[in-house]
Amino acid sequence: PSVFIADMADEALFQFLHNEVIQYVNSAESGETENGRCVSKLENMGFRVGQGLIERFTKDTARFKDELDIMKFICKDFWTCVFKKQIDNLRTNHQGIYVLQDNKFRLLTQLSTGKQYLEHAPKYLAFTCGLVRGGLSNLGVKSIVTAEVSVMPACKFQVMIQKM
Amino acid sequence: MTGSAKRINSELFTLTYGALVTQLCKDYENDEEVNKQLDKMGYNIGVRLIEDFLARSSVGRCHDFRETADVIAKVAFKMYLGITPSVTNWSPAGDEFSLILESNPLVDFVELPDNHSTLIYSNLLCGVLRGALEMVQMAVDVRFAQDTLRGDNVTEIRMKFIKRIEENLPAGDE
Repeated sequence: PSVFIADMADEALFQFLHNEVIQYVNSAESGETENGRCVSKLENMGFRVGQGLIERFTKDTARFKDELDIMKFICKDFWTCVFKKQIDNLRTNHQGIYVLQDNKFRLLTQLSTGKQYLEHAPKYLAFTCGLVRGGLSNLGVKSIVTAEVSVMPACKFQVMIQKM
Repeated sequence: MTGSAKRINSELFTLTYGALVTQLCKDYENDEEVNKQLDKMGYNIGVRLIEDFLARSSVGRCHDFRETADVIAKVAFKMYLGITPSVTNWSPAGDEFSLILESNPLVDFVELPDNHSTLIYSNLLCGVLRGALEMVQMAVDVRFAQDTLRGDNVTEIRMKFIKRIEENLPAGDE
């Protein structure tokens, strides 16, 4: 009888797939303005997956008190479901802008920390930006989500709520 | 997780895989190209996944192809996809077998549209198995013999041992 560390094996599998998707989109888009199109494709894929993850929610106003409640849900439940941890810090200006900080973003841990790799970081964040945007969309919230690396492997996701 | 969290679909890998296949179908003109790309991507994943697998499990070197089959079905599939395919249909020479998947987690809620009848939706799996085994010195041929998405009752992956790879040869380039 052997011992198997099956914990988070499914997470590892997703990370491998995520990395390979990035490589694919990157090579498919080589040429002028490749970074922008690459990021955009990844973000769109993430959007559809994010919608799929929150498929059974409707804009159920009784479920969430307000916009902040929805954002807390994203930071806790949604992030835990997807990344097995919560967002470490949530800030807002109470005017529709939220900054979600993940101090050890799982999808960045594969990326080397040298400066020359930082230019590739947006590609590793794009899918997740889409995930958040897609999840919020199915909760009835329209948004623009961007991200940036502060200090590897910490990053910040900025959510700008769009009034409909 | 709270009650509301239970309504989050936990199928991140499955949904992401679906989004990938959708993207590939947009990018390539025909199913054959998509199948090839899925196999290639699976290969790239497999050559890395094997290290992850060996680190997680304490299975030693497999002595023969039968042992390999059991490890693939009972350990690897279980660990990464949560299913245990059965190992059957051994060739008399013992160099070929089938993995029968009663359910395929990759295809939850997936239906093939009519114009993709030759798409091998889960072809990534073939590449993964091929790449992973190549890293442990086994050249194998992997293909789908049956596919529930194409109307069969079960999903059947057929694996054939081709040859042992000498350790001092460089791994194949993809």
